[in-house]
Amino acid sequence: MASTTSKRKIAGGSFLIEETNPREVFTPEDFTEEHLQIAKTAEEFYVNEILPNADKIEQKDFSVTRGLLKKLAELGLTSVDVPEQYGGTDMDKVTSSIIAENISRSGSFSVSFGAHVGIGTLPIVWFGTEEQKQKYLTKIASGEWISAYALSESSSGSDALNCRAKAVLSPDGKHYILNGEKMWITNAGFADVFIVFAKVDGEKFSAFIVERNSPGFAVGAEEHKLGIRGSSTAPLILNDCKVPVENLLGDIGKGHIIAFNILNVGRFKLGAACIGGAHESLKHSIQWAKDRKAFGKTIADFGLIREKIAQMAVGIYAGESLVYRTVGMMDAALSEIDKSAPDATREIRKAIEEYAVECSIIKVWASEMLDGIVDETVQIYGSYGYVEEYPAERAYRDSRINRIFEGTNEINRLIITGWLMKRAMSGQLALLPAIKRLMDEVMSGPSMPEEDDRPLAAERAIVASARKLSLLIAGAASQKYMQALVDKQEVMGAIADMVIETYAMDTCVARAERLLAAKGEAGASLAVAMTRAYLSGSMAIVERMAKKVMADVAEGDMLRTQMSILRRLTKYEPINVIAAQEQIAAKVLEQGKYIL
Amino acid sequence: MLRPNGPVARCWVKILVCMKQVPQKDAPLKLNEGGTWIREDVSYEVNEPDAYALEEALRQKEKHGGEVVVITAGPARAQQVLREALAKGADRAIHLEDDRFVGLDAFNVARAFAAAIKEDAFDLIFTGLQSDDYGYAQTGVLLAELMGWPHATIIMQIEKKDSGIRVKRELEAGFFQFVEMPLPAVLTIQSGINKLRYATLIGIKQAKNKPMRKVSWDDVSGAVGENLQKVEKLYVPQKTKKTEYLEGSPAEVAKKLVDKLRNEVRVL
Repeated sequence: MASTTSKRKIAGGSFLIEETNPREVFTPEDFTEEHLQIAKTAEEFYVNEILPNADKIEQKDFSVTRGLLKKLAELGLTSVDVPEQYGGTDMDKVTSSIIAENISRSGSFSVSFGAHVGIGTLPIVWFGTEEQKQKYLTKIASGEWISAYALSESSSGSDALNCRAKAVLSPDGKHYILNGEKMWITNAGFADVFIVFAKVDGEKFSAFIVERNSPGFAVGAEEHKLGIRGSSTAPLILNDCKVPVENLLGDIGKGHIIAFNILNVGRFKLGAACIGGAHESLKHSIQWAKDRKAFGKTIADFGLIREKIAQMAVGIYAGESLVYRTVGMMDAALSEIDKSAPDATREIRKAIEEYAVECSIIKVWASEMLDGIVDETVQIYGSYGYVEEYPAERAYRDSRINRIFEGTNEINRLIITGWLMKRAMSGQLALLPAIKRLMDEVMSGPSMPEEDDRPLAAERAIVASARKLSLLIAGAASQKYMQALVDKQEVMGAIADMVIETYAMDTCVARAERLLAAKGEAGASLAVAMTRAYLSGSMAIVERMAKKVMADVAEGDMLRTQMSILRRLTKYEPINVIAAQEQIAAKVLEQGKYIL
Repeated sequence: MLRPNGPVARCWVKILVCMKQVPQKDAPLKLNEGGTWIREDVSYEVNEPDAYALEEALRQKEKHGGEVVVITAGPARAQQVLREALAKGADRAIHLEDDRFVGLDAFNVARAFAAAIKEDAFDLIFTGLQSDDYGYAQTGVLLAELMGWPHATIIMQIEKKDSGIRVKRELEAGFFQFVEMPLPAVLTIQSGINKLRYATLIGIKQAKNKPMRKVSWDDVSGAVGENLQKVEKLYVPQKTKKTEYLEGSPAEVAKKLVDKLRNEVRVL
């Protein structure tokens, strides 16, 4: 199937303005043999090395975590994003996500791993000087040194640029003297090197590479957390901390470029990690449902349990479709870059930044999907789900952080709408012409829909309606609030939800279409059922959010007109979601795991 | 580099590892329509004992130098096991590719292997002790016979000697046997003899550039005879329940019970 995916560079956010060509959508079915082998290595490592050590990890035995990170480094699994000349394996973002997904099946280790290979490593890959890369990347890639990323402070989290940590050049000009504190720093307890953000002269937001043994550097006490208890989270105390001037990372006053670029990667990788966690929870749920008996049957025989199992599988299907579609687009864009060119890293960053909105969508969507799954896993376990002896309880606690770090889901929702609006205003994304075309279309009154007897025609029509509604509502809200829209967070959030669901539905349908073309109706029937099940719930969100914004931005005749458009766009035959879920549950329960 | 056995770093052994692709252990199996084997739409993996055989070959090579070649017989999907072996460090692979190798008896598989490697001069041939699907444990032994080589089965340890090798065999009830044997030889390797390695990313990347020789059915058909094995019927055992009341005095009932447990149920 790989040969049928065309590698055109696709503009970020374009799913919202043009119909998707499924052949341009990368799916897990496009994985190469190499990708599958790497997935196998990572999965085997999780099963054989991480899982048996889960209890020790949970008790904060950081020597175990460090040992596992070192072993992973020896296999090349921690340095996929590091160029070969610094000891990395330098592979594509699909590989990077595959590893994140398969290693990250249990919360605590997943977070330590993610902080090291992602936000702790990439700032140096992208912004480091040759000397910094030689000095630090080689040690980070080999697992000899563990890295961490220190942006948040006690009084600045989401508004990280408001940080109070300060850097002042020493009188001899050889060091920056850092003062202040950093908070919630993952890996702080055992990391050797930290990317620390501070304001030069209290004004210019900048980044520094700080070694653990620097004079004036100290790590505070471990936080007592709700979940991911086996990961290290502690504050950093910078008390006249001496950092050599050559450890300034990037340019003075340009720290925000580092922070924002790194978070894009952090977000899609977090999505991939959530898929890994979802696989694990689903596996536990299936096992428990098959073993636990009630009323003379296993609880896996009961419809309400089967429905939960099916919904979990649908979550994984939609989630992996979203993650790999997005990283597939990145890889297509990255493949056009000459890596030996002097401005290669800048081009790489730009190529990833192009998909900032998709990265934020993945972050929000996947973290909420996983929270839903771990919640229902507790429910399937019943009282056993509420006690520590069973895996449901830990997974439930571990999942919660995903909605908070890497930019809270609220911040990410604002980014989604804000980014699209900004691109529309600058003309980079033809959002305004698309809204205008749509307004002309809806104002000209109802028209007979074009005959479409291809498979999944009804599903495509639903996605088209979602796309139109998103544009319509975004247009109406912009018209009403103009520049002040950014301050109407509830409206921004509701638009973001519509955009998120449009991307998710569009992606599910595109993947099912690809499978239909490749494997025929029988081979694609499970993907089609999952797509239909997803669309049913997703379109309801789009509708609800559309109404929410409409009622806020319009009234009287205008509101009535908009409601009539909404009714027209949401007129579709209800999907038989019960039948679809039953088909999915039967298959997943038979296999004992998510399978497509 | 000087080696303990002489001033020249010569290749000590050239090892062939015979591998098989078998259905994944936790895959739910379904019978095919004819009830003669399982349906093809399952996930497959490397036969576990073969993975240990490969690991042992790689360890011997790391210790003494040499070459590790992997071979399998099966349809296109079976190439996966060879790719995995190449990613773990095997130097080259031979794929006897044809659907007709599925379900072929062990004697004919051994004949096909022997024909496919006749141009090669191996010092050692490793197979896994047995396959996880049919479980005959015959291919290695038969291959030894066809090659006219000595063989030893259920190998737990291999040590190089001036005269050849010294191997440790696992016997019943915790007993072991040590055998010294000349080369070339065939060894069937027991699972658990070593700790399996993971394929590294570099290994996976390099694997695609390693040689993979394809051998067709026609290339070896002269050596292969009619399939000696035919599965007539495969079925899932029926669950049955039977209650029987034993009558008589306690002594008589006990006697009858022992008789039934010993001769009918065969649990004593």
